[in-house]
Amino acid sequence: MSLHLDGVTLAYPPARSGRRDEPPVLRDLSLAIEPGAFVSVIGRSGSGKTSLLNLAAGFVAPSGGSVRVDGERVEGPGAERAVVFQDDALFPWASARDNVAFALRLRGLPGAERRTRAEALLASVGLAGAGDKAIWELSGGMRQRVGIARALAAEPRYLLMDEPLGALDAMTRERMHEFLLGIWQRSGAGILLITHGIEEALFLGTRVVVLAGRPGRIIADMPASYGRRFLRGEPARAIRADPAFVADRNALADMIHDEAERAA
Amino acid sequence: MSRTTATVLVSPTEAAEVPPVTAAPARRRPPLPVAAISAATLSILVGLWSLAAWAGWVSSVFLPSPLAVLEALDLAARSGFADASLLQHTLASLSRVFGALLAALLVGVPIGIAIATSRIGRGIFDPIVEVLRPLPPLAYLPLVIIWFGIGEASKILVIGLAMGPPIIIATAAGVRSASTDRIRAARSLGASPRDVLRFVVMPSAVPSILTGVRIALGAGWSTLIAAELIAAPRGLGTMIQAAAGFLATDIVIAGIVVIAAIAILFEAALRRLERRFVPWATRL
Ligand SMILES: Nc1ncnc2c1ncn2[C@@H]1O[C@H](COP(=O)(O)OP(=O)(O)OP(=O)(O)O)[C@@H](O)[C@H]1O
Ligand SMILES: [Mg+2]
Repeated sequence: MSLHLDGVTLAYPPARSGRRDEPPVLRDLSLAIEPGAFVSVIGRSGSGKTSLLNLAAGFVAPSGGSVRVDGERVEGPGAERAVVFQDDALFPWASARDNVAFALRLRGLPGAERRTRAEALLASVGLAGAGDKAIWELSGGMRQRVGIARALAAEPRYLLMDEPLGALDAMTRERMHEFLLGIWQRSGAGILLITHGIEEALFLGTRVVVLAGRPGRIIADMPASYGRRFLRGEPARAIRADPAFVADRNALADMIHDEAERAA
Repeated sequence: MSRTTATVLVSPTEAAEVPPVTAAPARRRPPLPVAAISAATLSILVGLWSLAAWAGWVSSVFLPSPLAVLEALDLAARSGFADASLLQHTLASLSRVFGALLAALLVGVPIGIAIATSRIGRGIFDPIVEVLRPLPPLAYLPLVIIWFGIGEASKILVIGLAMGPPIIIATAAGVRSASTDRIRAARSLGASPRDVLRFVVMPSAVPSILTGVRIALGAGWSTLIAAELIAAPRGLGTMIQAAAGFLATDIVIAGIVVIAAIAILFEAALRRLERRFVPWATRL
């Protein structure tokens, strides 16, 4: 049981102006996300993180290799793999509540239940009472949280998130870390989190995958358990100050730095 | 950019209008709203018109005074002109325009969707639209009359043909403008292709379709009046044409005023619709 990228290669057809010998965006990349795993992916801009997520979500087909869910080949997007987008991708013609309720409607829930459940989901991302707001009345961080609530409404087995906390201030971001760990624990879903934050990746993940481009490939896959320690009650501050945490963080930072030097 | 370059880039008269880059000191008077300036322009034009009529610069046969036009309006409204009251003429014209708009929407929106979403649809309909679009409707009106007679159906058909292309083109553009990420979001929540069309693509296309309706109403309204000038028992165009035959210039101008007023009302109503139903279109 897992969401499994098996030796995938992703090459876009060469643009008319592009060089034919350009390396593919991703090459022979393998990654398995088990239910209950929390896989953080870091890497420089353009290293192929969003491309990796697009493959896992089924938005694009690999040019080589395969993507499988529980052994079955993925042919397209599906509700068991919900996505939180880098740009929120909310529906601006609907209220915050109706954006969330849309996911419930697709699951066949009756109208009244959709409403109360959507409100509850919004409350769970700290947006209680904002259900009637139009999308354009919300701040960037609020929109991202509506996007998370909408994805959770699908009750996915895998939750794929592309820099979902990018637009948040440091304080809200820390609260969202706790919130993400909470839903991870409660739902038992497998999570793929793409982020630019090394510390965030390490604090949340059960694994931190480092992507280097181009061609995009995995240059490190580091196990971690700081999120579990937080869930067991250890304060976030203490974890972040733990010498082991600091050492891991520095090792990851060095890896990305060295890779950038080599690429340049 | 320095102030001097800014001044060089605009002509001296415009330069006075360009607000300074730095915060201006408190103004003594708030600026005149555009609406007030427009109202003043209109008043001055009507004033000149009155003056021209009153002073006898132009014979009242060619240019009756505004008051005479008002009286003609009143006359046409009360006792009618050309076998029908002003209201009947107006309703005849309006029903043709809205009948044609309804038909153009019913046919045009699905065609627009087909063009934007299917290769076959584009292959079939694109050439038809491209041939029809640049044709002046009055060029094929005689043909339509030969085929379908002089009744209401012909007129609605001609107006509908004029309204179709803008609606089709706007629908196709709107459908194509639906964001890939929103479509993907819906798909990954479990939406079927039909759900995507209904819940994501069509809402995305509404602002564009409303713009298409605006253009179509303009095209349809002018085609209608022209078609009525040629042949119709009733309608504002008919009334104007009949009045021109009797040199009843006051009725002609009264008809023009009604036509202009209706066009302005259409425009205002559509703007309201846009603000009411797609407030997000201009904000996201
Ligand atoms: N549709 C596309 N067609 C062609 N090339 C693409 C396409 N999408 C992405 N790429 C290329 O693939 C590479 C990886 O892009 P991707 O969006 O996956 O990067 P990323 O790691 O998500 O970057 P960021 O951190 O900036 O979001 C880039 O070199 C980009 O130019
Ligand atoms: Mg990206």
